[in-house]
Amino acid sequence: MSAQLIATFEKRFPGGPTIRADFSQPADVFSITVLFGPSGSGKTTILRCLAGLERPEEGSIHFGETIWFDAACGTCLPPQRRGIGYLFQEYALFPHLSVASNIAYGLSGLSRAERQRRVGEILDLVQLTGLEERYPKHLSGGQQQRVALGRALAPRPRLLLLDEPLSALDATMRERLRQDLRRLLRTLGTPTLLVTHDRVEALALGDHVVVLDEGRVCQSGSVHEVFSQPSDAAVARIVGVDTVEPGKVLHVEDGLATVAVGSVQLVALAQDAGTGDVYACIRAEDVILEKGVATPSSPRNRLTGRIRALSREGPMIRLSLECGFPLTALVTKQACDELELQEGEQVTALIKAPAIHLVPRG
Amino acid sequence: MDWTAIWLTLRLASLTTVILFVLGLPLAYWLATSTWRGKFLVEAIVALPLVLPPTVLGFYLLMAMGPRSPLGQLYESFSGRLLPFSFQGLLLASVVYSLPFAVRPFAAALAAVDWRLVEASWCLGVSWVRTFVRVVLPLSWAGILTGLVLSFAHTVGEFGVVLMVGGNIAGVTRTVSVAIYDEVQALNYAAAHTTALFLLGFSFAVLSLTYALQRRVWVI
Repeated sequence: MSAQLIATFEKRFPGGPTIRADFSQPADVFSITVLFGPSGSGKTTILRCLAGLERPEEGSIHFGETIWFDAACGTCLPPQRRGIGYLFQEYALFPHLSVASNIAYGLSGLSRAERQRRVGEILDLVQLTGLEERYPKHLSGGQQQRVALGRALAPRPRLLLLDEPLSALDATMRERLRQDLRRLLRTLGTPTLLVTHDRVEALALGDHVVVLDEGRVCQSGSVHEVFSQPSDAAVARIVGVDTVEPGKVLHVEDGLATVAVGSVQLVALAQDAGTGDVYACIRAEDVILEKGVATPSSPRNRLTGRIRALSREGPMIRLSLECGFPLTALVTKQACDELELQEGEQVTALIKAPAIHLVPRG
Repeated sequence: MDWTAIWLTLRLASLTTVILFVLGLPLAYWLATSTWRGKFLVEAIVALPLVLPPTVLGFYLLMAMGPRSPLGQLYESFSGRLLPFSFQGLLLASVVYSLPFAVRPFAAALAAVDWRLVEASWCLGVSWVRTFVRVVLPLSWAGILTGLVLSFAHTVGEFGVVLMVGGNIAGVTRTVSVAIYDEVQALNYAAAHTTALFLLGFSFAVLSLTYALQRRVWVI
């Protein structure tokens, strides 16, 4: 097994929340682990503890062979000696230093010539060549983000910690940089831990996801695993499965479960839900809409319902339906126009059995 | 003009400013960053010279320096001399008296530095001390300069504490303000006027220079 970053610790704030971290990630090969959760779930605190900016009360942090923190023997390496690169949410660029000096800031151990070469490499890498004499306040948000990233990367950290790397940017910029960031990090091959509350960011950037809620780890696993199979209703809500409805498994036959949800019955893959109370989780993009009389087709669930509301979401339309239970569907604007979907209209919603994820309730 | 008094005053003010820079900066850093609950007590003590009449402050300083006080005895055993009515005693009194004029602007300037910049520096492997020199000082020097100028100017202008602790010994403890007072008492208005005018011009020049320097800082 390769070297691992193993974090098992507890950080308490007097009169405030307690944050418990419990996860691991590869420490010597490239992978991006996303700490994902709503604001206030303790993501940034965990990142700060890993960086050595906060000291947990209990537990330990191991990075490969190195002990970064161990409450039992009182070890706590200062941030200077952990070999990390930390990208702050608002970048925290040094306002009195130029772009080149910001990037060179952590390179004081190198000779002048080496330092200049490294700064040149980094400027190339983050595509800022030509801006080296600028000061941070004369840069756009995207450029600032790249300076901050370059500054963190310059000393060749062993682990990158990114705190909401894209949240300070506007939506268009965010979309563009999201792809660039993943590509850049892969090129470098530095193991990365990334904090975000944005589901799309987590899906787009992460290999592994650690879902946090109210200071504890709810679930961790591969991105696909976590997003398609949330371990409980809280995770489902956090990862943004759009419909989470309580139901009851009536019977299981041939691996298919019949579930009573609201006033209708749904067919879902039985998985290991067993029988009894469950939450049925359905992602909006998995719902297909049809108008008029339904003809026989493969999806097991066909539900007649009415459109209660429509809202625009970029190129997509989000529809709230009432079809025996509240259901959210996401369709393209085009489809919406073609079908002339309007509020109050009657539609048939089609959902394939595997698209309904059952989460045991209790 | 009383050049002896002017020279003495400048020496006293410069030394006071240097001492306050060395002692006041760590104290201000602590005040700006500490989360200790009892910090307000220290803040109150630092600010006391702002509100106490110079006579009260002078009186207690005199008591504290006296030959029967621990401080006075310690000083006497080292130097063989007495602390009150000496230049050294006056210097000590000036440092205490001007403490808030240095520490409060220092602390305000240090507290205004974005703490994340300090943390960013640490995460880049730069030590605590070098972070202070490379990040904190460059971003707070305008406020620190203000504190230094204020301590200097305040020491030049002190009167009550000088009389209480230093007395009026020419070349040892007679500062400009005391010298002017003497001239006025002796109805020697012309001499008082030249010295006073010199002090006025000097103070104005120093303050103008400070503000000019600060202005330039803000338009990087």
